[in-house]
Amino acid sequence: MAKKEYAFYPGCSSQKGASASNYLTSVESMCKTLDIKLNEIPDWNCCGASIGYAEGGELPRHVMNARNLAMAEKELAGQQVVATCAACWLSARETKERLDHNSTLRNDANEALKEAGLQYQGKAEVRHMVEVLVEDFGYDELKKPVVKPLNGIKFAGYVGCQTNRPFGIQGESFENPVYLDKLVEAMGGEAVAYDQKVTCCGGALAFSEPEKAQKQIKDIVESAYDHGAEMIVTPCPLCQANVEIYQGDVNKRYGTKFNIPVLYYSQLMTLAYGGSAKDAGLDGQLIRAQKLEEFASKK
Amino acid sequence: MSDLNTQAVSKYGNNFLKEVEACVEEGDMVKMCMQCGVCSGSCPFGPHWAHPPQEIFMMIRAGKREEVLTSDSMWMCTSCYNCIVRCPRQLPITHIMHGLANYAHRLGLAPKNQPTRQFAKLFWNNIVQTGRVNELKLSLGLYFKDGLASGIKTGLAMKNVGLGLMKAKRLNPMEIIKGHGCKDIKGIQAMVKKAQEIEASRKGYKAA
Repeated sequence: MAKKEYAFYPGCSSQKGASASNYLTSVESMCKTLDIKLNEIPDWNCCGASIGYAEGGELPRHVMNARNLAMAEKELAGQQVVATCAACWLSARETKERLDHNSTLRNDANEALKEAGLQYQGKAEVRHMVEVLVEDFGYDELKKPVVKPLNGIKFAGYVGCQTNRPFGIQGESFENPVYLDKLVEAMGGEAVAYDQKVTCCGGALAFSEPEKAQKQIKDIVESAYDHGAEMIVTPCPLCQANVEIYQGDVNKRYGTKFNIPVLYYSQLMTLAYGGSAKDAGLDGQLIRAQKLEEFASKK
Repeated sequence: MSDLNTQAVSKYGNNFLKEVEACVEEGDMVKMCMQCGVCSGSCPFGPHWAHPPQEIFMMIRAGKREEVLTSDSMWMCTSCYNCIVRCPRQLPITHIMHGLANYAHRLGLAPKNQPTRQFAKLFWNNIVQTGRVNELKLSLGLYFKDGLASGIKTGLAMKNVGLGLMKAKRLNPMEIIKGHGCKDIKGIQAMVKKAQEIEASRKGYKAA
């Protein structure tokens, strides 16, 4: 397999000591196996996330993303931009679409970018890591390096919102995307039928409207249990955090006894590719994935 | 009333739709709504909107300026994009809701203590400080937004989550002193300032 190379936009939550640092650990392990080289965009900044609109408005939000894209064009010419965070991907891609289709907005953005010594040309495509896996490799290729299939382990594929809407993964349905289930199956795991796979976890409103968001989280977790899943798997850092972190609060509020691990697809892939618990960032789980830790320690 | 608001009222009079078209992100698509209600039925926080999106669109056309801009409805948007992908007329509903919230916030009409409005403000100010999110300061900022006493109470309630995250190395207490950040923070701040100025002049935000 030829080495693939991308301009990498890791995003704030993946940084050392941040809420999705274990996501990055597992992505790095997974990419090592797949011979993917991720070249970090120098001095990248926050995308503004989904909540940046209220204070940031339109143009300031777009220039934040345009700066990252301009930096990638300049320093990593010819490489596509790949994000692992769903919100980073969505924001960057939205900015690209707006600037590429609206010359006024693009000129305005470039005027602001001058202040940072940069220019946006719209040369780099913006992609999510899942697109790289599904489109540049494909399920059959991804299956090849599997040395330890996740046989008999049942996962609820929680796709959530932002890798699925409004852009989504090409060829997938917004209401029933199957890429995550297929990734689980390619790793030898079992993807249970899961009716809450595209339900919103509350996003940033888990902070500002905890009661309302926790109702969403309750539905998401409950359905995973109801369908016999042992673990939840997701492609989004905020979905992961919300659905894992607030299970204790949901239990208090609803009298439930939820305690289900919430993993990233990249963690499952790392393990199936023979990686250790540490390679997969399993030490970053708040709710430990005991079954996977045991699985990883077996030869 | 803020200067900006007075200015907008005198400029657009009773034509609130025209005002939305000129000043709100994707506002020119509001008139395309056919009142089917799919957006309202698709929203995860639907039951919590005083006026769901479909109703907001009709209210804009009916000139109900104050009711729309002072409503906390738009602040219920979780950015799930369900409404966008389901709208038969392809209205970018999520963006319009964001745009309305931003406009109401800018005019000083949005509900003052609306928690998502407060959080959004904290978030943006957080990221333009260093160029990247400081998760610890952001959480603490939210807990202590209503003062010390309630901050300590929320902090204690969230203690186990915080300790769990620290143990899992997903929260670093040192972030309170020195967090992650961009090298060219000066350039970023100058760029954002410039973008704010351009946006203000394009949308006529500049107070007379």
